[in-house]
Amino acid sequence: MNQPLLSITNLCVDYVTDTGNARAVNDVSLDIYPGETVGLSGESGCGKSTLAFAIANLHSAPALITSGNINFEGQDVLSFSKEQLRQFRWSKASMVFQSAMNALNPVITIGEQLIDVVLAHESCSLKQAIKRGEENLQLVGIHASRMQSYPHQLSGGMRQRVVIAIALILRPKLIIMDEPTTALDVVVERDIMDQLYHLKKEFGFAILFISHDLALMGEITDRVGIMYAGKIVELGQTDKVMTSPQHPYTKGLLRSFPTIFGPKKRLEGISGHPLNLLEVPQGCYFQARCDLCETICKNTMPQLRTLSADNHRFVACHKVEGE
Amino acid sequence: MNQVNSFEVDNLVIDFALDNAIFNRKYMRAVNGVSFHIKAGEALAIVGESGSGKSTCARAMARMYEPNAGAICLDKKDINDKHEHLSQEELAKQVQMIFQDPFGALNPVHTIRHHLYRPISIHMPHLKGEAIEDYMLEVLERVGLSPAQQTASKYPHELSGGQRQRVAIARAVSTGAKFILADEPISMLDVSIRLGILNLMTDMKSDGIGFLYITHDIATARYFAERTGVMYVGHLVEWGDSDSVTQHPQHPYTQLLISAVPEVGRKRSAEPRDYSKNQIPLWTPDSKGCPFALRCPKVEAKCHSEMPGISQISDDHFVRCFAYKSE
Repeated sequence: MNQPLLSITNLCVDYVTDTGNARAVNDVSLDIYPGETVGLSGESGCGKSTLAFAIANLHSAPALITSGNINFEGQDVLSFSKEQLRQFRWSKASMVFQSAMNALNPVITIGEQLIDVVLAHESCSLKQAIKRGEENLQLVGIHASRMQSYPHQLSGGMRQRVVIAIALILRPKLIIMDEPTTALDVVVERDIMDQLYHLKKEFGFAILFISHDLALMGEITDRVGIMYAGKIVELGQTDKVMTSPQHPYTKGLLRSFPTIFGPKKRLEGISGHPLNLLEVPQGCYFQARCDLCETICKNTMPQLRTLSADNHRFVACHKVEGE
Repeated sequence: MNQVNSFEVDNLVIDFALDNAIFNRKYMRAVNGVSFHIKAGEALAIVGESGSGKSTCARAMARMYEPNAGAICLDKKDINDKHEHLSQEELAKQVQMIFQDPFGALNPVHTIRHHLYRPISIHMPHLKGEAIEDYMLEVLERVGLSPAQQTASKYPHELSGGQRQRVAIARAVSTGAKFILADEPISMLDVSIRLGILNLMTDMKSDGIGFLYITHDIATARYFAERTGVMYVGHLVEWGDSDSVTQHPQHPYTQLLISAVPEVGRKRSAEPRDYSKNQIPLWTPDSKGCPFALRCPKVEAKCHSEMPGISQISDDHFVRCFAYKSE
């Protein structure tokens, strides 16, 4: 396979609190190849958004990247100077945040916000910048006359499309999407996802897609990683993870969603509560909620191992047959 | 009126003023001619997108809004009837709400005990002293918050989102309410916690509590509720048995909703849809026709001038659409 676009190795991110350090991202390694869509899923607080922020080196205190490397096209993102970071953000990797409502400045027009990105990164005339802004709005299905609108004049779905247009305008190689459609209803979500798919086909960018909606994940991603308490517990090709989950947490997550077409039966989900990162146990972090928990799980932390049946599949569980 | 068995909404109309003009004040019609009923021990799900009027219906049923027309009847008695004059206390004893945000629904400076003590002492006047405490612990156990003694002494910030929503449910059932209006009770909770709350509410149905379950997630509607209604811009467009509505949707809007639900392994459509057709009308008291006409693939000329009548598809499945022709 070719060189990865983004390569994260052994990344740890801590939140420093009065009562101790909470390790929100714990020894995570992940590669994203050009043009690939990689998903990250897990419940709130599992570290998926923290990981996304780390990629753009956006963390500030109390969050601290304590170890690990982030390589983007062979360059170390964490050692960038301020100016290098400024250039790297948006022109190489852009982000779409969870709440489009808050990502746009309410007191300036969306046109200005689009143009601002172009002018900050490239030397071109205002006229050219406006033209590019208009083109990009049309790409996401919004009429160019909307350049003069303020965010409050647009619906939630349109605002999210504007945010996607802003993320696309410099043609970055990677777009990080942090729950881009969570606040929207299903019909709008479907439209935006369809559109994203076509834009991706046209421009060939890679996507890191963060969501807790596994069904949506299964629809759009090539590979998916499942995170629990800061660690990736399962990683593999999406269709295979969805059809034959190996880690008990993945199995539980997949069992937690009622389906609309399948048989109607009582589902049990996952018992217990998410882990408090300030009181991590020895051994596997999932032990308190796991049915298969044994002595070894309580003593040793399982490492990500390749699955014997599928060498693109990694699972961190003592109870799963590895190589 | 201790044993109420039905909660009916008949032809409910609710308008909201759009401005403060003294003359020619403009209104929007948030709910237009909606009728449904909930039976004790049964759940009715109302599904629809943001702004379709589903929460407004629930709030009117808790008498937070006064309807402009139509009736809301608890066991055939109109809760807004001036002559009957049902007091807020009597209504609250039968009908309780659970809100979307379990963080905002509890007072952060009071313990869980305080949150439960007040409704119990008001609505269960026969309980005194120790008996209140015993009953409170029993309710906490019932919603799965054990050890109850410890939970009762905690403050809301010491509990997780799912536990807080359980407290909200405990508070609602502690009055002995027969009907619970649950307004998106799980949408703000963690994915692994949601099912636990849905299962808890399912267990409460077998204790004879009726639920109005408001959601935009049609899959959980089918999972939890026996009956489902689909709302679009203030109109109930299709309703009936959940399985029938979700497996054999007849209204073009229901079909659109169901086709939009993500599913593992689904393939993308070849061409993106025409987004200019996504207009959602602002419904006013003078608006005519079917609200979905602007987006409907099966639109006819008459759709713009009159609202379709109710067609019965099967025993418990109704639709309001001209395109539905019974065989």
